[in-house]
Amino acid sequence: MRAVVSEKNNIKLPTFFGKGLKGAIGWIIPIAVLVTWQILGDLKLIKTLIFPTPLMIWDSFLWLCQNGDLLDHINGTFFRTFLGFFIGGGLGLIIGLFVGLSKICEILLNSTVQMIRMIPHISVTFLFVLWLGIGDASKIMLIAKGSFFPLYIFTFLGIRNVDNKLFEVTKILGYSRLKVVTRLILPATIPQLVLGIRQSLGIAWGSLVVAEMMGSSNGLGYLMMDARAMSDTATVFVGIILFTIFAKLTDSIVLWIEKLLLRWNTTS
Amino acid sequence: MSEKLLEISQLSKRFVTEKKEVIALNNVDLYVTEGEFVTVIGPSGCGKSTLLRIIAGLDKQSSGTVLLAKEPITGPGIDKGFVFQEPRLFPWLTVEKNIAADLSLKDPDVRKRVDELIKLVRLTGFEKAYPKELSGGMAQRVSIARALLRKPKILLLDEPFGALDAFTREHMQEVLLDVWRTNGTTMILVTHDIDEAVVLGNRIMILKPRPGEIKAQVTVDLPFPRKKSSQSFQEIRYKVLNEFEKIEEIAWGEAGAGI
Repeated sequence: MRAVVSEKNNIKLPTFFGKGLKGAIGWIIPIAVLVTWQILGDLKLIKTLIFPTPLMIWDSFLWLCQNGDLLDHINGTFFRTFLGFFIGGGLGLIIGLFVGLSKICEILLNSTVQMIRMIPHISVTFLFVLWLGIGDASKIMLIAKGSFFPLYIFTFLGIRNVDNKLFEVTKILGYSRLKVVTRLILPATIPQLVLGIRQSLGIAWGSLVVAEMMGSSNGLGYLMMDARAMSDTATVFVGIILFTIFAKLTDSIVLWIEKLLLRWNTTS
Repeated sequence: MSEKLLEISQLSKRFVTEKKEVIALNNVDLYVTEGEFVTVIGPSGCGKSTLLRIIAGLDKQSSGTVLLAKEPITGPGIDKGFVFQEPRLFPWLTVEKNIAADLSLKDPDVRKRVDELIKLVRLTGFEKAYPKELSGGMAQRVSIARALLRKPKILLLDEPFGALDAFTREHMQEVLLDVWRTNGTTMILVTHDIDEAVVLGNRIMILKPRPGEIKAQVTVDLPFPRKKSSQSFQEIRYKVLNEFEKIEEIAWGEAGAGI
């Protein structure tokens, strides 16, 4: 049966081209863009001051690595992102569970949460700075606030969308209330939960950039702010690229865990 | 054998919607003896699924009594096994875990029973497969095994093979008869397929719609396995068909009068 399932997903390419070729085709455009960009820069057809060539960005990256403090910046960045994500996402998950499982909790909490959700995320940045200063606390708070909502919403919706027909099965099988939660609701909610985690992580990274730019003494956002002040465009690019890589990396890790956890799911 | 396991008397079920009251079941009297296989047949809308859901405790009757082993039914539970039209398996559990459900496979007694049932419903080799990897017929067999593991006093089957193709359906009927003869579980099977009702049942209850009432009862005293081509099978089939057509005539007559 497994073979039948996997056959469906295969695009029909002759096997000797295989996966390698499919991967290679996807790289054609990015590489062409990079090469053209480099050539245009070398020919002085674009201003390298505002549009440094790929090689200049690479040099800048190497310089930052050798200079030693790139690792410090990355450490600071990771510390804030994950602490913020765990606090905010964790709260979102827990409150989402309560609101999803209990009608009373929903009536009590959901409208308030939805109202707070409508506040434009970045607009509270200054408030947090006024309250908590420009240290790590205000940044972590902003990231936590951003990470809270996707996990909250997806947990809540995941619980509410559990198939009613399966509830009837648990009644027939005589499940206790606790077993209905642990054996039906929670496992059925996991696919939505993973979606929530991915979205929360995305927002955590986005919030971090803003948080670090509003003033800090280290971190990738600080590095980019500092570089901007000195018109060091190449370093700004390094920052952007690193952020992209980290965001993609964490997303891939979550996806990988999802694949392990959700082998039963038709969408995985 | 002749002990009455299930006794239903003067059972009625009314659904009240905004505009009108629909009588789904009207004064239904029915009994099932221990070890019997009763099939219930009727056109759609005759309340046959409602009847089954009331016996299972999933719905409540408007009036009348339902006694299972002399006790009134208060709600769903493991003494009343139920097989739905769809398999309704937990997609995140493998076949064997779906059958065990909330019982632990680490318990040697459960393990043994699950293995026996997997063999009985002919799913050997698929213990570790997930529901998405199963065909419709296989999934439905898992659901039958799940219901049987709890050793229910009665197994209720609500058009369990309705969504399957004719070939698979015949195979499933064979499996179900196997189960019935091996375990001796009392069964009520609801269907709209006349052949199915005759192949499986000791007794066929024929329901008429609007309001749902028992119209006729046909006893099938043919030995198993029943050959559809045999004269005696065809005679009973004809009898059921005849009752069925009478119902449809009434239904059509009413519809005609309505216009």
